[in-house]
Amino acid sequence: MLQLSNENSFATAGKVETGTLGDMAALNLAGLIAAAADTIAAHAEELTALDQAIGDGDHGLNMKRGFEAVRAEAEAFSAKPLPDALKAIGTKLVMTVGGASGPLFGTLFLALGKEISADPDRASLTAAFGKAIEAVAARGKSQVGQKTMLDVLQPVHDALSGGKTAAEIADIADAAAEATVPMKALRGRASFLGDRSIGHMDAGARSTALLVRTLGQAIGDNA
Amino acid sequence: MSNVGIVIVSHSPLVAEGTADMVRQMVGDEVPLAWCGGNGHGGLGTNVEAIMGAIDKAWSEAGVAILVDLGGAETNSEMAVEMIGEPRAQKIIVCNAPIVEGAVMAATEASGGASLREVVATAHELSPS
Repeated sequence: MLQLSNENSFATAGKVETGTLGDMAALNLAGLIAAAADTIAAHAEELTALDQAIGDGDHGLNMKRGFEAVRAEAEAFSAKPLPDALKAIGTKLVMTVGGASGPLFGTLFLALGKEISADPDRASLTAAFGKAIEAVAARGKSQVGQKTMLDVLQPVHDALSGGKTAAEIADIADAAAEATVPMKALRGRASFLGDRSIGHMDAGARSTALLVRTLGQAIGDNA
Repeated sequence: MSNVGIVIVSHSPLVAEGTADMVRQMVGDEVPLAWCGGNGHGGLGTNVEAIMGAIDKAWSEAGVAILVDLGGAETNSEMAVEMIGEPRAQKIIVCNAPIVEGAVMAATEASGGASLREVVATAHELSPS
């Protein structure tokens, strides 16, 4: 069973109680959504600045709009079984984030919702997450090494499967986002820049790392 | 209408509308046609909800061919097709073709009663392989 940490370092994340991930879905998904939306809002300008360097400069605003839309329906979403809640979040992100990020982040949650069980343990969460990453790769016609969110998602999956703690996984995600800096973009708007995309962090990789740290801190290490 | 429908999806509403104008003037009214463009907030971009609406508007039992401009338009169009779901999704194809030439050629083919497969093949002939 995935156990929630008693320690909740996110004061704004709402009440996080001890329980299984299934309990969390019923009791505290709203808290997780709030934590994610707070993180995205706090970093919106930074994400936009990253996207201005090599994209079209709307990533921060788009993500903020999407996560605020999810936050607005957090109560209704958290009343659903975990798979349905994740699918509802994914659909909302598809419809509200816009840009290319909407379908990509939306597909991540939609596919996770399709693959996950109502009360997953760490192994089944990891397996579902792996399938969700494949869905994102198919949606973006991309793969690891092309300076995208996949460059963070895949190391996070490997760390989950390798038994790392939430804090270790968050650090791995940050390092993976940092590792997109010297990469040359091969997908998305940044790929039009060719070699000039080298030297900038991918905005989608950064937002993915931010979400991994936030959700990891809220869910805790007792998985 | 029994002819294949054409949907034009651009990051710019002006490009999408202009392309649709060219189709109407060069091909006529025999083809169901819809366009969308912009991010829904006044800026450039594409929007899944708007694309789903355009597919509804241009819907034909013979199917719908979608012409797109840059990468995000393709990603969002494929997302829209998936959200529409079966049984309609199997009759909707996102074409790999230049948006203006592709729309005009696909609509020309569609206006003669061609199948979805033939319409899409005509658009694809415009793409360097």
